[in-house]
Amino acid sequence: MIALVTGLLAFSGALLMLIAAVGLLRMPDFYMRMQAAAKAGTLGILLIVAATGITLGSLSALLHAFLASLFFLLTTPIAAHLLGRAAYLSGIRPMVLEDELAGRYHPATHELRSNNAPAASTPGSDRIEETPA
Amino acid sequence: MTERLVGLPVSSPLLTIAMVILVAALLLALVRIVRGPTIPDRVIALDLTASLVVGLLLLLGAVLQLLAIVDIAIVLALIAFLGTVAFASLIERRTRE
Repeated sequence: MIALVTGLLAFSGALLMLIAAVGLLRMPDFYMRMQAAAKAGTLGILLIVAATGITLGSLSALLHAFLASLFFLLTTPIAAHLLGRAAYLSGIRPMVLEDELAGRYHPATHELRSNNAPAASTPGSDRIEETPA
Repeated sequence: MTERLVGLPVSSPLLTIAMVILVAALLLALVRIVRGPTIPDRVIALDLTASLVVGLLLLLGAVLQLLAIVDIAIVLALIAFLGTVAFASLIERRTRE
């Protein structure tokens, strides 16, 4: 019974990580690839950690699994967020009709401006000269 | 606490199938590393590759009943996270110059 439960946990986790890899390969845009890899990959690795902890079964293994899942839950979104910010600042445009973030993001102080100021500056390196609000 | 370091291997076919699926996902992520058009694409593919390897290690620890492999997996995940953060700050700093 426990073997069936852990097997199903590991199988669904591996399936989610396969979905993450397929999304990483097939999505047309860097940001879509990033969100596919981050979200599906996180849930997949959490399920695999749970399967391993339950399979090993001892208290030490369960504590290891708990700490590892806490670690993954903390670090994977942070890594994806940092990479997305770095990619946006390095000039990779998202595949959207209108870039709502253009001109509102200060690259040095990482402050957002939400007023309706004219966001006329072209995206790229010249946004650095803008003053924060 | 009595804890076996090495036990009898668990023969569950679902665990083996999960490991095969993880290897297939690893191949797909490697394709994205090779032909990613930009550096952040390659870095996010490397991040997913690292977590796939961590998943493989965890399943190997579950099959072999080895708790030490879980420690190795946690350390590998920590190093991969630090590497991703370092790559992100490198990309950001190289843009600002």
